[in-house]
Amino acid sequence: MAEQSLIDHDRQAAGFAPRPEASRAETGDHARATTDADRKVGDDPLVIADRRFGSRLIMGTGGSPSLQVLGDALVASGTELTTVAMRRVDPSAPGSVLDVLQERGIAVLPNTAGCFTATEAVLVARLARDALETNWVKLEVIADDVTLLPDPLELVEAAEQLVADGFVVLPYTNDDPILARHLADVGCAAVMPLGAPIGSGLGIRNPHNIELIVADATDRNLPVILDAGIGTASEAALAMELGCSGVLLASAVTRAHDPVRMATAMRHAIEAGRLAYGAGRIPVRRYARASSPVEGRID
Amino acid sequence: MIVRVNGTDTELAPGTTLADLVAQVAPGERGRGVATAVDGEVVRRDGRAGVVLVEGAKVEIVTAVQGG
Repeated sequence: MAEQSLIDHDRQAAGFAPRPEASRAETGDHARATTDADRKVGDDPLVIADRRFGSRLIMGTGGSPSLQVLGDALVASGTELTTVAMRRVDPSAPGSVLDVLQERGIAVLPNTAGCFTATEAVLVARLARDALETNWVKLEVIADDVTLLPDPLELVEAAEQLVADGFVVLPYTNDDPILARHLADVGCAAVMPLGAPIGSGLGIRNPHNIELIVADATDRNLPVILDAGIGTASEAALAMELGCSGVLLASAVTRAHDPVRMATAMRHAIEAGRLAYGAGRIPVRRYARASSPVEGRID
Repeated sequence: MIVRVNGTDTELAPGTTLADLVAQVAPGERGRGVATAVDGEVVRRDGRAGVVLVEGAKVEIVTAVQGG
């Protein structure tokens, strides 16, 4: 909690409005007073642009051993929005991921995975818009195929072009608060910082930066979706406890030994993390604090 | 004439339209959820019949797959 206060102090020094949390003063045994807004946290919908989602888990479809397992895992996850990639038509492909989503009533979110330049990403986004009849895009512009880290310069350039072309742009970005701010400035509908590199399962390597991104985005009423790096349920819960509005993950579920069970775990973790964020955790203390009364002990 | 279709040089009859090519590559139901680009520019689905392919054109025909 000391760290939390420091962030608030520094934010104000830097000219930001105090975060909502800053007004939640420590009161007695409790971390802070619970506000009406807090009480709603946990069952409020995820809002991105003009759409509302009951689930705060956005799933990816990559890495699944079969379309049947994928479909079962998507249902278990409770997701209402799920990404697909755009690739050249393969006449020998056994089935379509679009059918899996359509049969289960899950909305499709095309991505620009595999694009290295803004030019490529803008073309793929436009192809996806025509193919799938959606102006939403998860924008990915990566720098190389070893780290799969976003290329910040190409990413902002692509985001700017796509926003100007009428897209609702959800950019996959580094855990860099300033880059996130630039993406917000050019009109993105959310920011989606990585917890760790795609598919690494390393969790959230820089929770402090994620908090900074959340603080800035909250001022702009912009959702933050933790995208990439999640390996297991506790990490998804942490993302929500840090104040993220949602989590996007694929490999952690699709490459788990039991994808359906892991999808269920992720659904619970994200709900639990969101509730905990709204509930207001106790302050972190250096020393113990007894929960049983001191008075009335026997001699 | 030779047209580059999804990265492969392909022999097509002169006068072949983009709509004709899509019907060959992604027939019937497979044509749903497909998008096309010629020489780096998206050709929307209602414009495909009006695009007559020419020698050396680069055509991309894409659809959604598992990913992300």
